[in-house]
Amino acid sequence: MVASPAVVELSRLQFAVTALYHFLFVPLTLGLSWLLVIMEACYVITDKPIYKDMTRFWGKLFGINFAMGVVTGLTLEFQFGQNWAYFSQYIGNIFGVPLAVEGMVAFMLESTFIGIFFFGWDKVGKVQHLFSTFFLAIGSSLSALVILVANGWMQNPVGATFNYHTLRMDLNSWSQLWLNSDAQVRFVHTIAAGYVTGSLFVLGISAFYLLRGRDLAFAKRSFVIAAGFGLAATLSVIYLGDANGVEVATHQKAKLAAMEAEWNTAPAPAPWNLIAWPNQAKQKNDFSLQLPWAMGVLITHSLDTQVEGLNPIMAHNKLRIKRGMRAYDLLQKLRAGDPSPQLLAEFKKYQPDLGYGLLLKRYTEKVTDATPAQINMATKDSIPNVQILFWTFRIMVACGFFILWIFILANVFWLRDTVWNKRWFLRLTLYSIPLPWIAAEMGWTVAEVGRQPWVVNGILPTFMGTSSVSTSQLHLSLAGFIIFYTGLFFVEMFLMFKYARLGPSSLHTGKYHFETIAHK
Amino acid sequence: MLFTYVTYKIIWWALVGGVLTLYAWTAGFDLGIGALLPFIARKNDERRVLINVIGPTWDGNQVWLVFGGGAIFAVWPAVYATVFSGFYEAMLLVLWSLFLRPIGFEYRAKIQNAIWQKTWDWALFVGSAIPAIVLGVAFGNLMRGVPIHFDDTYRSFYDGTFWQLLNPFGLLCGLVSFSMFVAHGANLLLMRTDGIIKQRCWKASRAFSILFMLCFATAGVWIACGFMGYKLVYLPTHPQADMFKTIVHTVPSGLLANYSVYHWMVIAPMLGFAGGLLSLCAGFVRKAVASFIGSMLMILGAVLTFGFSMFPFIVPSITNPNQSLTLWNAASGVYSLSVLFWVAIFVLPTIGLYTLWVYAKMWDIISSETIAEQGHELY
Repeated sequence: MVASPAVVELSRLQFAVTALYHFLFVPLTLGLSWLLVIMEACYVITDKPIYKDMTRFWGKLFGINFAMGVVTGLTLEFQFGQNWAYFSQYIGNIFGVPLAVEGMVAFMLESTFIGIFFFGWDKVGKVQHLFSTFFLAIGSSLSALVILVANGWMQNPVGATFNYHTLRMDLNSWSQLWLNSDAQVRFVHTIAAGYVTGSLFVLGISAFYLLRGRDLAFAKRSFVIAAGFGLAATLSVIYLGDANGVEVATHQKAKLAAMEAEWNTAPAPAPWNLIAWPNQAKQKNDFSLQLPWAMGVLITHSLDTQVEGLNPIMAHNKLRIKRGMRAYDLLQKLRAGDPSPQLLAEFKKYQPDLGYGLLLKRYTEKVTDATPAQINMATKDSIPNVQILFWTFRIMVACGFFILWIFILANVFWLRDTVWNKRWFLRLTLYSIPLPWIAAEMGWTVAEVGRQPWVVNGILPTFMGTSSVSTSQLHLSLAGFIIFYTGLFFVEMFLMFKYARLGPSSLHTGKYHFETIAHK
Repeated sequence: MLFTYVTYKIIWWALVGGVLTLYAWTAGFDLGIGALLPFIARKNDERRVLINVIGPTWDGNQVWLVFGGGAIFAVWPAVYATVFSGFYEAMLLVLWSLFLRPIGFEYRAKIQNAIWQKTWDWALFVGSAIPAIVLGVAFGNLMRGVPIHFDDTYRSFYDGTFWQLLNPFGLLCGLVSFSMFVAHGANLLLMRTDGIIKQRCWKASRAFSILFMLCFATAGVWIACGFMGYKLVYLPTHPQADMFKTIVHTVPSGLLANYSVYHWMVIAPMLGFAGGLLSLCAGFVRKAVASFIGSMLMILGAVLTFGFSMFPFIVPSITNPNQSLTLWNAASGVYSLSVLFWVAIFVLPTIGLYTLWVYAKMWDIISSETIAEQGHELY
């Protein structure tokens, strides 16, 4: 018996809120940790105390952010079991494995060495401390790798088979799980986005000190390190974002067509909808502004490959739903008694479409008795929300290219040694700090909304994945999360602003702006 | 594959137990110290002493819980799904309490304001005491059996309420875990502090060691006097068998059944008591290290007693005993169990090495003078 639509919607809302909230803190951890490694390496090599001060000051801001990452990450670990129990049981064999590895390999490394990073300055040698910071950074990046292997499997489920005895998926290839091309590309795209976030954060706050004319030596060095690292990272994000598009074109045709609001397959090379107003009910765009040939070139990197439109995809899905009904019927027979080899062989033939049959569970518990009208409704459910995908994707890309220009200009201007007086550019940099966050949140929305109606692509519909909890339990938890998270958000932002404004004076070394003023 | 499916199932049962023990050994004293914070440290600098004793290492210790959760997800998906969704409110209570700790540690000293800091002291108390109790309550309820059933698609349903978890036996087990964590926390402080705080810790260690032994003994007597347990009567031999072809009976004092078959298992509760006595007696002769070893044994004894009493059950169903989850029917496929085993074999010793290195480097007596000298670098 699947959960009521209200339970499904509340569970999805809660997951969206808590996961997107968690990802407010992750990218900064990912990026800032490597900037700390670079700054500290400069300290170890040059022995100049200013680099130590830089590591410690940016480390202070890192710590304020990191605590929130720990807290909000715990929520997700609990939530798979609390709210997505059927999902957890159905794919725990596979999805749980990288999660366990994440705890063992990544979090342990990160969380153990962070103690040395903050409190070990006088207790371990310089090189030992640098290595601790390095392990902190590598632990953070590894956790992103592992979580994207897990999420990549949900997008492109490879290396697993359905077990009809236990009614769940079983892992059968460790290497396919880890070398999943989808996971690899999205991992690099995601951590590079984190590196961009960290870089623009340091760049923007350094620009603030330059604008105020404070702690100039400190701010200039921070600015230059962030500008160089950030440019490399932004180029990686965009390059891997493009590779990601090619992956999606291979494994998730509906997601791609929805991102581009392409309802019908256009002859290659297809035009590209620069702006459009998709209408899901009528299965067409109410309005669109097209660039000829552009989609063929941008997505398929060729002039003769087609991008399949949503309407033909749905027609194809309808056939798969019908085959899925057959698979479901065979599964019932297998479970009812001892299976004959013929029955097993036939089930094997239809099993790849079992998930499509399960889409009907929303309308009929029995699946096999679905009416043509119910099949049509399930078919309409089989593509994601086009409006959301089309726009979130475009906002993400726009932010990405805007950030690219900031980093290009930052590097050009500092190489010419003119940036320090370009107040308009410094101001622009400061106010651009939120952009990588917006891009990252939009990116995850594209990834997750684009996978709908599936929680595991083609295998398990999202509405089947929930727990058997009540709406009142969900109201309680959702309200609790919103209250907690809103409060924590204000506290975190207050501290972040307080310490960013204070700058390196917060280190109590006696060398920086507010301290020297106080002494005069 | 090196071992058979059955062997891997037993290995992972032992490994999950090992991870729980490591969590209780390390994060146990963090929780205990948090619970003691407002009581044995009265002034601000005293409280900062306590916080900074665990400051550099609490985060790594907490990861044992994260890894434990992930491991249960991977090796017993049905257990993870059933317990986390069934104990919904209790899990929220633990989770939201745990929220207060990272934030409290990291943000408390970031604003110099007495009200702000006192608020976080109490938040740290709540964030430590509640998980320390609720974890025990949860384990107590597992021993008692949980009202769960599964439908024919193996979707789990919890047929009880949050308040039913707060039954007398569950609460008694909550006291067992609370007292053992607090004693363990006090014993760590004995080695890492001095002066007035250390004096207060001797008292706390003594009181909570006694409380632990009393509660642990009460639970044992209760079980011996006919507390219902579960007995696996029939287990299908085919490794791919459907999950619930097992037959389970309820029997009085069933949790003692394993001890009469495997007499050596008695060592587990004995370790628990021996640890409690060691923690207590070492306190009288002021031997801090011995006290700490005592509380480590207490914890090991309690975890082993839980495991041995329950074997092979993980989540027995009080309402549908045949649908109980055991380590036989709840385990993942053999492939998942084996690959994860190989990762664990290489990674866990590595974790042990670098964690010990960090502990060794950060091991120091912390006093009010330390806080006065290095205050702005500390929590």
